[in-house]
Amino acid sequence: MSKEEKKVNRRDFLFTASYTIGAVGLGAVVWPLVHQMNPDKAQQALATTEVDISQVEPGNSITVLWRGKPVFLKRRTPEEISEARAVSLSDLPDPQKDEERVKDGKDEWLVMLGVCTHLGCVPLKDKGDFNGWFCPCHGSHYDVSGRIRKGPAPKNMEIPKFEFVDSNTIKIG
Amino acid sequence: MSEHEYKPKSKIGKWFNDRLPLLTLGAHLTDYPTPKNLNYWWTFGGILTFCLLTQIVTGIVLAMHYVAHADLAFASVEHIMRDVNFGWLIRYIHSNGASMFFLAVYIHIFRSLFYGSYKSPREVIWIIGLMIYLLMMAAAFMGYVLPWGQMSFWGATVITNLFSAIPLVGDSITTWLWGAYSVDNPTLNRFFSLHYLIPFLILGLVVLHIWALHVPGNNNPVGIDIKKPSKDTVPFHPYITIKDAFALLMFMIIFAGFVFFSPNVLGHSDNYIPANPLVTPAHIVPEWYLLPFYAILRSVPDKLGGVILMFGAIFILFVLPWLDTSKVRSAVFRPIYRQFYWIFVLDVLMLGYMGAMPAEGIYLVLARVGTIYYFLHFIVVLPVVGLLEKTDPIPMSISESVLSGGADPSLARKDNEKI
Repeated sequence: MSKEEKKVNRRDFLFTASYTIGAVGLGAVVWPLVHQMNPDKAQQALATTEVDISQVEPGNSITVLWRGKPVFLKRRTPEEISEARAVSLSDLPDPQKDEERVKDGKDEWLVMLGVCTHLGCVPLKDKGDFNGWFCPCHGSHYDVSGRIRKGPAPKNMEIPKFEFVDSNTIKIG
Repeated sequence: MSEHEYKPKSKIGKWFNDRLPLLTLGAHLTDYPTPKNLNYWWTFGGILTFCLLTQIVTGIVLAMHYVAHADLAFASVEHIMRDVNFGWLIRYIHSNGASMFFLAVYIHIFRSLFYGSYKSPREVIWIIGLMIYLLMMAAAFMGYVLPWGQMSFWGATVITNLFSAIPLVGDSITTWLWGAYSVDNPTLNRFFSLHYLIPFLILGLVVLHIWALHVPGNNNPVGIDIKKPSKDTVPFHPYITIKDAFALLMFMIIFAGFVFFSPNVLGHSDNYIPANPLVTPAHIVPEWYLLPFYAILRSVPDKLGGVILMFGAIFILFVLPWLDTSKVRSAVFRPIYRQFYWIFVLDVLMLGYMGAMPAEGIYLVLARVGTIYYFLHFIVVLPVVGLLEKTDPIPMSISESVLSGGADPSLARKDNEKI
């Protein structure tokens, strides 16, 4: 290295200032171009769905579409509930108690996204090795609480935000 | 590259060429010295150019009739098939053209693997080629979504969900790709936009691919450098153009066979059922050209691990020129590598078959064996064989190998180091 003077001069300052302003400007232009791909207001407006559950008999389930995804609403029998609660947490790849997956006092109602946590297929009901759901795409088995038991899926099926508007109506979202 | 400066004959030609030397470029492409021993495996570059142009022309026409909306897309494709004049022909050329494109690109890639065309000084050609291959897969995937049938919808769901395996930001990325909370109309819309864009990106990369090729010139079946000046080469036109044209004709016969006699044999009948977000088809399979990678994905019992290995299987090809330690290019003179090459070809074909079968029992076991071998080939076999293998004698020149009908050991030099 030659011994040229290294003090900061006007030109260095102008370079740094120009690059900085340029980078900020570029970011300000790129962000709208990226963010436009996120869900728009029309998509966000579909965020809640109300479901009439008065016709569902114990042991049966219905499927509704919420935000383009199926939601399973299953009215479980007492036997199914006790079966779900008898499972030891150490047998679960994604340990979660059945009680944490339902509303207090409404534990016959399992409301969950009918979307396999592996790659997003819709699992089939009353199939698989655990009396719950089975995903035909890549072979994930879920139990009566919708928890993953076997196969490539990493997580239990997701419980969406929902509430009981009255005893016959569930609001999802 | 050209041996002598090109001079246009006409006055107007000279006037134009002084301002934009397009005629010089044309003269370079016409006279481009090509090894005279190129065999028919070298005709797939021209065939691939034809495939790309076919997809662009038929695609532009289809876009005049197609409607990229979740409620209308399926019906608009049926409208193309039934109402649009020759719509059935144009759509079948386009959908089978994708398969023919991949058929040609796989032959092109495996030719490069056999004759060592990816090796120095052609690494950049190889890498640009892989970028084209990646874009082809993206374009094919998005194109398959556009008819909005059951396979379109669920294929899109499965592939976009691959990104949800990324830790922390995976779900946000997936939602961003969708533009909704599931695969929906915004997804279809943007896929159409990108599907229209990508072929033109590929076209740009093809120009770079050919440009990079014209710097060192073609590799050839014996894999040795052209001697200059020598009689090792022939001008591209008419020698290679006529050979390429003949091969292209043969290729078009097969292409037309699919289009006219079994246009749906490579597709999946579930895609003639309109997309239904409530029901997943019992057996989801990607198109045949993606099956080996799908088998790798499914062979790993862990979501993130499967996604990493699947992408890894493609990205490992980018470092191939540095994994292969042999200085000899062509497998013709590499007795050990040649055997591993064919094992590798069989391994990829087996993975493809496993990808089409359900992921259970013996299929899953074989898919796992195939996946492990796929990576062993690159990480262990190529570096080790390159170091230990005793290669066969290499001919002194291309002319010699041509005139003697092969590598005549009595004419060959014994040391392989001068390559």
